[in-house]
Formats: sequence, structure tokens, C-alpha cells
Amino acid sequence: MAEATAVDHGHGTGTGLSNNKLLMWVFLGSECMLFGGLISTYLIYRSRFAEGPAPGDIFDIPFTSVSSFVLLMSSLTMVLALSALQRGDIRNNRVWLLATALLGSLFIGGQVYEFTTFVREGLGYTTSPFSSAFFTLTGFHGVHVSLGIVMLVSLLISSFRGTLTRERSETVEIVGLYWHFVDVVWIFIFTVIYLVPSPTS
Amino acid sequence: MSTATENVATHDTEHDHPTDARYIRVAIILGVVTALEVATYFFNIPGAVLIPALLAMMVFKFFYVAAWFMHLRFDSPMFTKFFVTGLVLATAVYCITLTVFEFWTKG
Repeated sequence: MAEATAVDHGHGTGTGLSNNKLLMWVFLGSECMLFGGLISTYLIYRSRFAEGPAPGDIFDIPFTSVSSFVLLMSSLTMVLALSALQRGDIRNNRVWLLATALLGSLFIGGQVYEFTTFVREGLGYTTSPFSSAFFTLTGFHGVHVSLGIVMLVSLLISSFRGTLTRERSETVEIVGLYWHFVDVVWIFIFTVIYLVPSPTS
Repeated sequence: MSTATENVATHDTEHDHPTDARYIRVAIILGVVTALEVATYFFNIPGAVLIPALLAMMVFKFFYVAAWFMHLRFDSPMFTKFFVTGLVLATAVYCITLTVFEFWTKG
């Protein structure tokens, strides 16, 4: 019975689809609403920087571009981790999961550095409506990336305990869906918040 | 009824997932598009050209990742429907919100 559960990807369900995967897609659909709200709020408030720094004065595009590239490449390592497990290649699965977690951590490190720099330059959370909307949006995204790193580390621990096998590759696929979603949200944020010309003071 | 269920199940199980080499090619294309996006920052391009170009590249990257890395290209269309429903709903709701706040005219 336990073995049957382990290999079953949910094809015995009423829809013929894995319930776990379906639930993740429904969750990701709802996450579009969350990030849509945060991005809209930012767009409405981006011109309201009062006496504080304006977005066009403070963003460091070359630095953020490198962070974006790092997160984009973490999607590649994630999908390679899944591919390795689906082939039964446990060693490479671990290598790519670790690489994904490290790239995610590098992205978060970059975000912490960016936030610290902004605060030193006088842009605090309550400096202006722009700063509140900016920190809330990018902070929420950072929390999502951090949760993804926790999931990746959990997968690595499972792998070293011997419970993450080819038959349970759907678990990696579902974590991968979450990770790629975090990446596509950043694709949106990077263009709309950073690259589209912002107001200057 | 059972036929419909079987059809969905068949669609879900018959993934023809790409090879690692294909994933790497996808990542290279995404990297090149990102480089093009970043390059626009260093040139003085008029807003009327720049903004549509940036948005087009963003949409391309968004759906390219969803199609290849999130496997929507190979998985059941049901997953795509759930995701696109959320996406369309969010886009519609927040476009209305931005209109109410006169974002398009006052920025």
C-alpha cells in the first residue's frame, strides 16, 4: 500500500491528473493575483517619492541585471535536477538541487545588499509611498525565493536520507513549478519596475 | 465519462520531456533576450519604441519559461487553463485598478 502511494502520481484521481500538481497550479494562479496587486500598487505610487530618493535616481540596473541572470539560470539548474531524477540519476539530482539553492541564495544575498544600500542612501521603508510599495513588492518576492530555498534544502535532506527516489520525482516537479513561478514573477518585476524608465527627482 | 478521464490521463502521462541539451538551449535563448533587455538601458531609445520592446521581450520570456521549464507545453491543458485563468483575471482586475487611479494618463 505504501509502495503504491509512492509511485502513484495521482492518475487514479477523478480528473486523471495528479491532485498535488493540480493544487500547485491553482495556487500559482492565485499567486498571480497577489503579485498583480503588489505590482499595481507600486506603479500607482512610483511617482510619489516626496523628499526621498526617486526610483530613477537610486536603481542600480547593472547590479540588478546580474541578479536577474542568476535567478534565470537557477531555473535551468532546477529543471536539470528534475530531469536527472526522472532518469534515476540521484547524484546529479543532488548536484543540481544544490546548485539551484546556491543560486537562489546568491539572489537573496544580492537583494539584501541592494536593500542595505538603499537604506544607507536614505530610502527607508516609510520614507515615501514609493519606498513602501517598492520594499513590499520586492520583499514579498524575496520571501518567496527564501521559501523556495527551504524547499530545495528539504529535498536535499530527503535525498540523502534515501527517500527521494525516481518514483517520487513528482515532488521535485512540484517544487520546481514553484521555483519557476518565482522566476517568471521576477522576469515581470525586472522589466516593469527596473527597466521601464522610472521617474527621477 | 470514463473516456474523457482516460484522455486527460493519457495526455498527462505521455510527457515527451526534452533532453538536457534542449533545456540548455532554452536557457541560452532566455539569456540572450535578457542581455537585449539590459542593453536597452545603455542606449537612448525613445519611450514609444523602448516600452513596447521591453514588454514584448518580457512576455516572450514569461511564456517561454512557462512552456519549457514549467512543462506547460507537454502537460495536460488543464494546468494551463488554471494558470492562465489566474493570470488573465489578475491582468484584467489590475488594469481596471490602474485605470481608476489614472495611471495611464498621469503615470
